[in-house]
Amino acid sequence: MNWAEIRHNPRALVGASILLVFILMALLAPVIVPYSPTYILFTPNLAPSAHHLLGTTVNGQDIFSQLIWGTRESLFVGFICATLICLIQLVMGVFAGYVGGVFDIVATGITNVFLVLPSLPLLIILAAYLQGGSVFVLIAVIVVTGWAWGAKVLRAQAIALRDRPFIQAARVSGESRWHIVLTHVVPNMLGIIFSNFFGAALFSVLAEAGLEFIGLGNINDVTWGTMLYWAQEGQAILLGEWVWLLVPGLCLALLGTAFGLLNFAVDEIANPRLRRT
Amino acid sequence: MTLWVALTINYALPRLMPGNPVQTMFARYQGKVSPAAIHSMELAFGLKTKTGTFGQYIDYLHNTLTGNLGVSFSYFPARVSTLIGGALPWTLGLVGFATILAFVLGTGLGMLAAWKRGTAGWRRGSIVDSGLVPFGLMLGALPSFWISLILLYFVAFKMGWFPIAGGITAGQGIMNWPGFVSLIHHAALPAFTLTLISMGLWILLMRNNMLSVLGEDYIKFARAKGLKDRTVALHYAGRNAVLPVFAQLALALGVVVGGQVFIEIVFSYPGIGNLLLQAVENEDYPLIQGIFIIFTVALLLANFLADALYVFLDPRVRVEAGK
Repeated sequence: MNWAEIRHNPRALVGASILLVFILMALLAPVIVPYSPTYILFTPNLAPSAHHLLGTTVNGQDIFSQLIWGTRESLFVGFICATLICLIQLVMGVFAGYVGGVFDIVATGITNVFLVLPSLPLLIILAAYLQGGSVFVLIAVIVVTGWAWGAKVLRAQAIALRDRPFIQAARVSGESRWHIVLTHVVPNMLGIIFSNFFGAALFSVLAEAGLEFIGLGNINDVTWGTMLYWAQEGQAILLGEWVWLLVPGLCLALLGTAFGLLNFAVDEIANPRLRRT
Repeated sequence: MTLWVALTINYALPRLMPGNPVQTMFARYQGKVSPAAIHSMELAFGLKTKTGTFGQYIDYLHNTLTGNLGVSFSYFPARVSTLIGGALPWTLGLVGFATILAFVLGTGLGMLAAWKRGTAGWRRGSIVDSGLVPFGLMLGALPSFWISLILLYFVAFKMGWFPIAGGITAGQGIMNWPGFVSLIHHAALPAFTLTLISMGLWILLMRNNMLSVLGEDYIKFARAKGLKDRTVALHYAGRNAVLPVFAQLALALGVVVGGQVFIEIVFSYPGIGNLLLQAVENEDYPLIQGIFIIFTVALLLANFLADALYVFLDPRVRVEAGK
């Protein structure tokens, strides 16, 4: 995997561009938003206009400001969760596959159990029990339910690498196990790890929005999920406020597609069999 | 093994969590019912047994395995198993139909994408392939609850083509023609949504597998023999490429179940997902536990069936297993 290949892959380029736009939106949100996203004293139910680009909600909030602001939490959750999930996968997948033995047996057992547990119902139930409503609770819950599949994939890859000559050479030269894993095994499967990272980010963003949509997050935060929650609570359907329903989900779908494109493109670059014409 | 772990997690979760569900419940009942009634409920829910934690755990395992899931808090005195039994057919019908449809359509489209690309020769890629891949990725990234909301608004509410809630016209039985029509009419939008969001995965998996298979020598040979493209695509490449895709059913079912829960919630469909949300909102712990067990058992069973079917479909696995 190198930069030239990434530059010449249209899917990677499109995905990265969309992601970049969202990152800029999130970082510059305080500068871009015309109004405070929590200000609630506008005339309710305004149609889109020059003053309110996307109109206002039933509760008198500016939809455009909320939309921009909502980018922050989705991206934050996506990146934090994906990072944590990757770390767990590193231990339960890569390290376990490399060292083998009892640790591998235990790790594989745990992974297989989490693989079959229905993740979304578990997600809902956990979030319901932990009614803290804080975003960190959501992150913890998403990480716990979302790591198993990738760990299995990474383990298979680590086992395939384990007996390659250069790894054996490192082992003979007396390097420690974690040192070998981090400096020899991981660099040779970076493609799959990155691909997994974007897959995990996609899962996390959708899961977070879904939990918030059914009211299991902090409903006072301004995020795309809570926007849809309030749209549902505020009878947006009956009032014909379709812009309110449309835009947060559209952004979610776009961000999700960006993660999906990157996941697919990195996989494609790392796996030559998919490139054969 | 997995079932046992799931049961144990299910047992431990509410007991490890901050706040005592039982106290929450009794706090809500305070003043509304007599102390005698509360006492009898405590007995009914098995809260005042003197057997200790381990004894309770054994009791719980025994009860669950014998199908006794307890009594619901919020629908008291309805039994959890009755409530789940009432909701399960709705969910199974929807999931079963949508999964089969998504699998057939998705693998078909994936096959087409790979074939178009694999036979495009030196002009790498084709319009069909470069269109279908982002399409599949986008389907996989669609939030199911959002797409349901949008369809609910534009197709059901604005156009009035479909009912906006429920599973069947109230008071209608399914054993006659108008009842059956009503059932299909109510299920159409949820089923369409579920098919849509689960199809993306199949397209991508099938396409990637098919591309690998198309590189094999026997495909070159089949084409060199002058067989028709259709025959090579379906009988030589497709049949071999679809097997590993089929093995991913476990992963896919997780996605389908997740989507199903949200879709039922938005369409107020009388299935398990909707029941789960109601249970969560009412802090109905026996019902939550029961639903979680049902989900786990259903996924385990589905995995088992998929494995069995896989052995049946792929002679190589049968030979390996027979050794």
